[in-house]
Amino acid sequence: MIRFAHVYKSYPNGALALKDVSFRVAKGEFVFLTGHSGAGKSTIMKLLFAEQQPTSGEVRVSGYSVSELRADEVPRLRRRLGIVFQDFRLLEDRSAAENIAFALEVTGARRDTIAARVMRVLTQVGLSAKSRAYPRELSGGEQQRVAIARALVNDPSILVADEPTGNLDERATRGVFQLLRDINAGGTVVVMATHDLDLVRQVPYRIIELREGSVVYDSQADEPESAQSEMPS
Amino acid sequence: MRLLTREALLSFRRAPLLSALSITTIAFSLFTIGLFGLVAINLREALRGIEERVEIVAFVFRGTPAETIALATQDIAAFPEVRSVAYVSEEQALARARSELVEFRDAYRDLQVNPLPASIEVRMKEGYRDARTVERVAERLRGFTFVDDVRFGRDWIQRLDQLRNVTGLVGLVIGLAFAAVAVVIIGVTIRLTLLQRAREIAIMRLVGATNWFIRGPFLLEGALKGLLGGLLSLGLCWAGWRLFRDSAGGPLHDLIFFRPDQMLLIVVFGVLLGLGGSLVSVGRHLRHV
Repeated sequence: MIRFAHVYKSYPNGALALKDVSFRVAKGEFVFLTGHSGAGKSTIMKLLFAEQQPTSGEVRVSGYSVSELRADEVPRLRRRLGIVFQDFRLLEDRSAAENIAFALEVTGARRDTIAARVMRVLTQVGLSAKSRAYPRELSGGEQQRVAIARALVNDPSILVADEPTGNLDERATRGVFQLLRDINAGGTVVVMATHDLDLVRQVPYRIIELREGSVVYDSQADEPESAQSEMPS
Repeated sequence: MRLLTREALLSFRRAPLLSALSITTIAFSLFTIGLFGLVAINLREALRGIEERVEIVAFVFRGTPAETIALATQDIAAFPEVRSVAYVSEEQALARARSELVEFRDAYRDLQVNPLPASIEVRMKEGYRDARTVERVAERLRGFTFVDDVRFGRDWIQRLDQLRNVTGLVGLVIGLAFAAVAVVIIGVTIRLTLLQRAREIAIMRLVGATNWFIRGPFLLEGALKGLLGGLLSLGLCWAGWRLFRDSAGGPLHDLIFFRPDQMLLIVVFGVLLGLGGSLVSVGRHLRHV
């Protein structure tokens, strides 16, 4: 589903964000990306949804080569992904249901199917009773659930979550994490960037640790040249 | 399409002040262009009255046979630049001189011999009343063997030309300057809207909206603002025209207003300005997000 092969990413100011990063993610996997701030987690996330392109190396996501993607193909890739952020990124002037419907409308979904699909994902994230609530009327955990519902509504094969629990208290974190596990159990690949090591240690999922732009640990390395044996601290 | 319209209209509701600013800017830019246009069309109307009098007179040698002149008159009437040709005989010339030149009436009354030559008077079609064309036709008239001399008001035809060119040029420059200002200001207001909605645009992109889908509502919004601005400017022009006409009186009472097709042109120009402003700022914004 995802393949990084010898990926380098440098920014115009000369900073090297990724150095020779290689890994693969297979169907049905749940992968944690860990590392300190600036280690390269967000850059990997941005490469995954083609917000940026690699300076060299190859990034393949759901059959698309990000390095060769034309501008008009980017939306097509993104429709196959669900993307969740730490800051939820909900539209404040729209209700929960409208926020989710918006993701369907912009992709040209049939109008008569939208309401049912929105309700289905809202039920899936446990918020069917709050479909008309506006983001400001919801708790952080609930807002993140709405964001996850929006990410799910297009039936993505990969869910990319960048610090999804970073703004949540412990209880909400547990709830959102459980939700992501349930989504993964349904067959969706989940790539979650986090520096919450307590969360990472709770489950036996694959961990890829980054430091200064390099992969320093991969609990399930299939490309030995890209990973060195080092346990996460 | 419904979504497109809804999103475009929603932006008016979300940012009424900004929308009002854009519409007023377009309206005032077009109002200025419109006012100048009104001056230009009224000036042109006045010039047309003067142009009507552009005339070439070919004086004919005494004793030229009537058939020769009749044939030549037909030839001249067939020139593409010529609207009408009239033959003025020696007697007619004298009669005209007597009635028109009142001061010399006595001098003309006692003449034994008519000193005035016969002439062919040529009037030009509209659009051919410039100095160069008139000179060309005069040159051809000189080619007829029975023509003694050809006269036309060279100086004032040239001055008319200059006047036409200057008004046209000034109109164009002022029009373009205001159009450019309008495009820039519309661009800026649309850009402010874009910045205000940057978050929404970022989200649209993340969920897989195409650039054209994102552009659509903004372009429609720009076009709508242009339409409203255009209509408002026409209203302002009309009010200004009425006010000026009614208070000025006299010959200015005959001032004309735009024809329907000219009004349509102003509104279409407004729509294009709005569309252009949006296209530029949305394009730039999308490249940078």
